[in-house]
Amino acid sequence: MTKIGLEIHCQLTKLESKLFCSCKADYRGFEPNANICPVCIGLPGSLPILNQKAVEKAAMISMALGCKVPQKIGFFRKNYFYPDLPKSFQITQYNAYGPTSIGYDGKVLIEDKEIRILRIQLEEDPGRLVYEGSSEKTQITLVDYNRAGTPLVEIVTEPDFETPKQVRLFLNLLADLVENLGVSDPSLEGALRVDGNISIDKGNRVEIKNVASFRDIEKALHFEITRQQSLAERNIPIPSETRHWDEARKITVSARSKEEEQDYRYFPEADIPTILIDKTVIERLGKNMPESIISKKERYIKKYGIPLQVAEVLSSDKFYSDLFEQSHNEKNAKEIANLITTDLKGFADTKEQREQLKLTPTHLLDLADAIMSNKLTRNSGKIALQEIVKTGKSLSEIISSLDLGHVDDESSLVKVINDIFAEEQKAVDEAKNNPDTINYLVGKVMKKTKGKANPSLTLDLIKKRLDTQ
Amino acid sequence: MSLGISATQYLQQVKNGSTSVEEYVAKTLERIQKVEKKVHAFISVNENALTQAKQIDKKLKAKEKVGSCLGMPVSIKDNICTKGMKTTCASKVLEDFVAPYDATVVSRLKSQDAIIIGKANLDEFAMGSTTEFSYFGSTRNPWNTDYVPGGSSGGSGASVSALECLASLGSDTGGSVRSPASFCSVVGLKPTYGLVSRYGLVSFANSIEQIGPLARTVEDVAFILNIISGRDLHDNTTLDNGKPDYTKDPDAGISGKKIGIISEMVRDGIDKDVAATTNRAVSKLQRLGAECIPISIDSAVHSVAAYYIIASAEASSNLARYDNIRYGYNFDLEGYEFNAYISKARSSFGPEVTRRMLLGAFVLSAGYYGKYYLKAQKVRSMIKSQLDEAFKKVDLLVAPTMPILPFKIGEKIDDPLTLYLLDINTIIANLAGIPAISVPYELAHGLPIGIQFFANSMQEKLLLQAAYALHKTTNLPEVPI
Repeated sequence: MTKIGLEIHCQLTKLESKLFCSCKADYRGFEPNANICPVCIGLPGSLPILNQKAVEKAAMISMALGCKVPQKIGFFRKNYFYPDLPKSFQITQYNAYGPTSIGYDGKVLIEDKEIRILRIQLEEDPGRLVYEGSSEKTQITLVDYNRAGTPLVEIVTEPDFETPKQVRLFLNLLADLVENLGVSDPSLEGALRVDGNISIDKGNRVEIKNVASFRDIEKALHFEITRQQSLAERNIPIPSETRHWDEARKITVSARSKEEEQDYRYFPEADIPTILIDKTVIERLGKNMPESIISKKERYIKKYGIPLQVAEVLSSDKFYSDLFEQSHNEKNAKEIANLITTDLKGFADTKEQREQLKLTPTHLLDLADAIMSNKLTRNSGKIALQEIVKTGKSLSEIISSLDLGHVDDESSLVKVINDIFAEEQKAVDEAKNNPDTINYLVGKVMKKTKGKANPSLTLDLIKKRLDTQ
Repeated sequence: MSLGISATQYLQQVKNGSTSVEEYVAKTLERIQKVEKKVHAFISVNENALTQAKQIDKKLKAKEKVGSCLGMPVSIKDNICTKGMKTTCASKVLEDFVAPYDATVVSRLKSQDAIIIGKANLDEFAMGSTTEFSYFGSTRNPWNTDYVPGGSSGGSGASVSALECLASLGSDTGGSVRSPASFCSVVGLKPTYGLVSRYGLVSFANSIEQIGPLARTVEDVAFILNIISGRDLHDNTTLDNGKPDYTKDPDAGISGKKIGIISEMVRDGIDKDVAATTNRAVSKLQRLGAECIPISIDSAVHSVAAYYIIASAEASSNLARYDNIRYGYNFDLEGYEFNAYISKARSSFGPEVTRRMLLGAFVLSAGYYGKYYLKAQKVRSMIKSQLDEAFKKVDLLVAPTMPILPFKIGEKIDDPLTLYLLDINTIIANLAGIPAISVPYELAHGLPIGIQFFANSMQEKLLLQAAYALHKTTNLPEVPI
């Protein structure tokens, strides 16, 4: 049995200012050490001023992940030395003396597996070290404090994931969630960072750090499972350790020396008084919350009977679900969900594709209606969709220009059927004795009409012809 | 014109033209020149003070708007940031540190046209009770320069007492404003926690310290408090005080007020001179119409222990940034392995700072947090609730500010525990966040003794009125220096 737990750091890049001062939260694009002030570089005498918006946004993330938000939240100091940490302590949250972090005790369903969220905390990002050359061989280490003080939400899960795929689904959900809430742009480098810990068959826990892109975590976890299994098969004990993800070689590497157990000497940060979050604030935030992915998924399944897997893909991608919301109605919901999750796939996967996409909700609506009223076969629908994506022309235009319309005309169909009956004498005889083989003839007609024949009309006509022979 | 006037008198004299700002500031600078060799109240003196004084005179002459301080020379403890002037914290570590910004209290004083005459000496990072732990050398008591001035705001107390300025800002973490006020015979106020912005005060123990004024009269202290108090957007812990005028009705008197005498601080076995002075002060208060009753705050006996745990814990974290990477003193990197480098950098802290950082890191470490830090916080809550109870029965509390008379420089420097116990009468105000004031009352053997009042949170006005009533009855000689 595989157990995986995650520690995710998400920058609130969409906020105006840092967590404790008025410097920009999104530090990208500045000259080194140009987005700093006495507060975020911890000059003697400076004091942190808590960004109220950051608290609200972090509360919204907590609520969306099913966490409880306590009435009183507080901040702690985590004391440790590192050159990128200007005060030699990080202002963070800590629940060892009772829950005072912005969220705790949450849960999320991933593939019907309940993933428990242990806690969500609001904290400041440290600065960045810039090495000349590789970090092992460098003679010079530079420090850039532009990032210091950027609001960060840390999400800690219980070790409830059983497969790397569940991890990916969860991370997709999370990335969409923070984007949905308008708090973060997960596509920015370093905006969403993931550490994992993994054990197999009740073995020792191995931490995986240094995974630069959260897409790589799935690969890293797969590698770790294989590595740990092969050790276990040969009865080699799996040491409890921290391993770094080597992006170039796509393997995990043991961190050279196991850092000794750090004592962070947590204690309350007195410069920020306890913050009361009363019910009215929670209510207001709740009202302004976009629908959670979980509730969206459930709604799609219950209200429209959309299959679980389709609902999962649709709800966890804001681009897809927005398209769906704008185009569907009670009757065509299922068809539109199908169109988006199967036929549109491959045409709107990347950011660039989405930016160039000419498809509008009206297109989808028309397409679904045409398919449901048998004006268009599903196959023709797919061809039409491909054309719409590229050109943005209206459906009717495309149907006539590509000659995709159904052959509904009985006389022309009868003509085609006559030809087939002449060519396929053996199959006709067989169909007379065994009606199950009629489909073979229908298929032949479809082929001859390049998929345009109205399938039900064709079937009717073939049956009629067989009866009269 | 005499230098030995109060700030309030100075304002009157400038207003009625009997002195100019330039004249007073020039005389002050002369005085500093003359007495600094003996007193050493300052770490640095403002070289532009005279130019600034002339500018204010010019504005006054042209009838332009001038701030309410009218060029009053004020000294600032050197752990409070001043833009363009060094802020050393009396430490080798910050020997050349120039803050790029003014502390809120400093910018408020400047906006009222006060002149920052100099940066006052202190114990390194405000850790000490005698100002002997300054990297730049001890400050001496103007009443007798063989004696300590109290601390840690010793430079503040001595500079006001020795007529080197009209008022000063100190910081009070466990009594650091009141101790030098008492030992140097000036008035010193520790305001309610949150009444005065700490933005720009270099943190030592941030959950308990406050900036407070020292001056020659209670009215002067009230005048400075008016300027520096109130909510500050740079300090999340500041309170909205509604901006009352603390200088209004100073002479409301204490007739009919109930005053509790803290039994644990006025008991058999305390210094005889201090006890006698305190008893005479209590009699005086009774004659002024107050009802004085003994009251017990027995948790106060644990206050020193709790204080040194909490303050050291916070200090160990607050001072961790002085690692010689971002600021510090220069030495050649060559030949140092990383840890050796840090340890060499840290060795530039003085003995008292080192002691408290070690103590603080220890009490916060895994396995000891509950035993020490949490327990200390419980004592703190206990003291707070006992004081809350007391203030249901009485309006004010009274006790001697210091348990003993000023002592000789060097006498107790090797005995940290004895030095820690000097704070026994002052610490409860810091742990509970309540305001307290020290008023000069008598001399014994030529050495000052101060009386301390405590009031409930945000009751500064009442506190100042009581202090005023007692101070008005005194007739102390001029400082001998």
